[in-house]
Amino acid sequence: MIIQALAFYLFAFVAVAAGVLVIASRNPVHSVLFLILAFFNGAGLFVLMGAEFLAMILVIVYVGAVAVLFLFVVMMLDINFVELRAGFAQYLPMGGLIGLILLAELLVVGSGWVVLPQAGTVAAAPIPPVDQVTNTEAIGRLIYTKYIYLFQAAGLVLLVAMVGAIVLTLRSRAGVRKQRIGDQLARRPDEAIEIVKVTTGSGI
Amino acid sequence: MLEIGLSHYLTVAAILFTLGLFGIFLNRKNVIIILMSIELMLLAVNINLVAFSTHLGDLMGQIFAMFILTVAAAEAAIGLAILVVYYRNRGSIAVEDINVMKG
Amino acid sequence: MEAAVVFLPLLGAFIAGFFGRMIGDKASMYITCSLLVISALISCYLFVAVALGGDPRTVVLFEWVTSGDLEFFWALKVDTLTAVMLIVVTVVSAVVHIYSIGYMHHDDCIPRFFAYLSLFTFSMLMLVTADNLVQLFFGWEGVGLCSYLLIGFWYKRPSANAAAIKAFLVNRVGDIGFALGIFAVFVLFGTVHLDTIFAAASGKAGATLVFLDMEFHALTVTCLLLFIGAMGKSAQIGLHTWLPDAMEGPTPVSALIHAATMVTAGVFMVVRLSPLFEQSETALMVVTIVGATTAFVTATIGLTQNDIKRVIAYSTCSQLGYMFFAVGVSAYPAAIFHLMTHAFFKALLFLGSGSVIHAMSDEQDMRKMGGLGSRIKVTYSLMLIGSVALAGIGIPGTFIGFAGFFSKDVILESAFAAHSGVGTYAFWLGIAAAFMTAFYSWRLLFMTFHGEPRCDEDTLAHVHESPRVMIWPLFLLALGAIFSGALGYHLFVGDGMADFWGDSIAILPTHTALADAHHVPIWVKVLPLVMVAGGIGLAYYMYILKTDLPAIWAAKLRPAYLLSFNKWYFDEIYDRIFVRPAFYLGRGFWKSGDGAVIDGVGPDGIAETTLRLARRASALQSGYLYHYAFAMLIGVVVLVTFYFFMKG
Repeated sequence: MIIQALAFYLFAFVAVAAGVLVIASRNPVHSVLFLILAFFNGAGLFVLMGAEFLAMILVIVYVGAVAVLFLFVVMMLDINFVELRAGFAQYLPMGGLIGLILLAELLVVGSGWVVLPQAGTVAAAPIPPVDQVTNTEAIGRLIYTKYIYLFQAAGLVLLVAMVGAIVLTLRSRAGVRKQRIGDQLARRPDEAIEIVKVTTGSGI
Repeated sequence: MLEIGLSHYLTVAAILFTLGLFGIFLNRKNVIIILMSIELMLLAVNINLVAFSTHLGDLMGQIFAMFILTVAAAEAAIGLAILVVYYRNRGSIAVEDINVMKG
Repeated sequence: MEAAVVFLPLLGAFIAGFFGRMIGDKASMYITCSLLVISALISCYLFVAVALGGDPRTVVLFEWVTSGDLEFFWALKVDTLTAVMLIVVTVVSAVVHIYSIGYMHHDDCIPRFFAYLSLFTFSMLMLVTADNLVQLFFGWEGVGLCSYLLIGFWYKRPSANAAAIKAFLVNRVGDIGFALGIFAVFVLFGTVHLDTIFAAASGKAGATLVFLDMEFHALTVTCLLLFIGAMGKSAQIGLHTWLPDAMEGPTPVSALIHAATMVTAGVFMVVRLSPLFEQSETALMVVTIVGATTAFVTATIGLTQNDIKRVIAYSTCSQLGYMFFAVGVSAYPAAIFHLMTHAFFKALLFLGSGSVIHAMSDEQDMRKMGGLGSRIKVTYSLMLIGSVALAGIGIPGTFIGFAGFFSKDVILESAFAAHSGVGTYAFWLGIAAAFMTAFYSWRLLFMTFHGEPRCDEDTLAHVHESPRVMIWPLFLLALGAIFSGALGYHLFVGDGMADFWGDSIAILPTHTALADAHHVPIWVKVLPLVMVAGGIGLAYYMYILKTDLPAIWAAKLRPAYLLSFNKWYFDEIYDRIFVRPAFYLGRGFWKSGDGAVIDGVGPDGIAETTLRLARRASALQSGYLYHYAFAMLIGVVVLVTFYFFMKG
């Protein structure tokens, strides 16, 4: 119990701190790194909740792929260390106020949540007890059977995203020597090789 | 306090969401912060979903969270691609320089 | 027949006015003049038939208004009073038309002038033949309009325009009184038809009018209001300021309108309404006082004026004052008698002065004239006749005398014979005015025709007698000036009075001033003549014998001189009291009221607010995405909060 609580508070505080530092850091690389930290702690929270598959996926996909992508872009673009511009302070009170109002409302709603006793019986996909089926298998049992179409659609989404990213950023530069496989394969011996009769001692 | 219940997770999620929100419109630095704030918000939503899933004993929450993950990844990729192309054309990703739509 | 008298001038005005350019100058002139001469001849016939023959009539033309209790017709009422006025108006108008053929010879816009003259004549004839008060008012307004048009005939001159507007505005002030008077009459009698009113007049002698919780004697109020109208039209003191300035118009206009006809409309109106005035002692007293004061004050102003036409204009005001105080002592026939004789000799004087001005190449200042007597003999004799008639020279007790002698003296005798406070006041002021009249008339003659010429060589060389077309009409007027007094005395104010006037003038049996006028002491009959002799003598002394005397006296009595020369400062006072505040008000209403408030709230304000709002709204589109996102967030928060408190 205590370990659980402790672990929860640890993960929670670090996650929030990391979130704050993401937006408050001057160096964008630091921001990305703090984002990674936030993800890790989020994964930790997931494990605590018993969704270990999701936690691992979070680490692999978010941290491993998305955050690294962020890092690539941050490194690639020439981003200056921008001092906190003056406008920030002017905007802070109003924006802060709105945000805090929203937070307060979310908290009120969140903590006042009342769950009906029959909630467990109307579950669309009841979680099987852990000792029988692992979280991973339980998820697998659902997405490959009941939600197979959605699963494939998700895959398509990823495909489209990939194609889109390439289409957006691909540019051809003039003067770059690239391999043209087609030309290479279509070359014939008489184009490539020239046979010259060389007499001894004279050279070409 | 010690008994970690649903509301604790929801609180954390709410705070993270608000932080992400702050990152979008309080930021004066560059566009990447905006994208990162979006990721933060999505993380908060995911925490919410999984918390409810666990609490109600319904696996749907986790499955939905997984799909959100997928879409978030795709969106991050496209967003960054756009950012790169924008940077190529404009030479700067400072937020205050993006005001071409000024009426 | 009656309709022809009235409408022939209108026909002339119509033709000359609308087709003048088509038919040309000569045709316009001859058509209007002939029509008017025909009108004059018919009115002579009517005089014989109606006045001498004792046959008054009313010719109904057609219906005008029938609305509930209010009903009146276009009708021509011709009785003795009308017949006398018809003669005066048409004869003088015909003379002026013919004179204008010569006077306006060089003008650009001859058809327009003749059209206006004929239109004026038509309005005046409508006025005198009116059967009801509204028709009278129609004629009244018509002559006011034509006066404006004619004074401002040379509209390219700013002074003429200003004078025309002044005339119209001052008349308007009088017209307010007149209109209110007509309303009061309608309230009292329930009709505006003159015969009906006259029949009911004595019955309403004791009626009262309640206004603002105060009771007034109805007929007094009515008559006073009507008299205000007469004051405006006939340039009595207070509303006289327009007449001298009206001299900006061409001289024929001055002769016709401001000597003979329009200014006498006020006198005519009061005499016509004699049944009403007789019922109100107060009104008659007011009329007497105003008339006498006018006669005196305007005569004093005429003493020092240097413009030849202005002297004659103030003389007109003064003589009108005589007519009014005659009315005030219930000597209505005497007033009309004087109106008639005055029309002749005043028109003669004006047209004669027009001749002088014409001879002097448009010079009007008497100080630059002199010595013309030997050069323009005919004009001089005519002016002399006119002045003698004006001063009133004759032998008392006989029928030898010029026109003014008979008419003016009977007025003075009536004022004396009234034996009332106001009558005596009027008598002495009238005597003083007679003295002054003689003085300024001979001052005019001496300065203009006698002595050494004070003009330059060029002008002197051009001095010539006017053409025949201008002189011959004056002969007709001169005949009137000489003989009309003697001829008319018996009928108008003598023993044949009652038969002659019949029902057209009402005099209460208690008002015996006119009847007693024939039995006044000898000294009363002789005194005016003595005054005249004194006036001529003084003028001779000052302007022929000792010519430096005027300047010395002007310097010695400087305040009195200035008061007289500056017209008793009436114009300045009015300017201070009425004109300037009116301008301030107008400017205030225009700039602040109309400009700031109405335009500010209305078109300008709305346009500016729209611009302001649009500018503010456009600031919302900053181009920054995070601004838009923030706006979205605010919307979300507001919605959530709203639902929170609604459902919570």
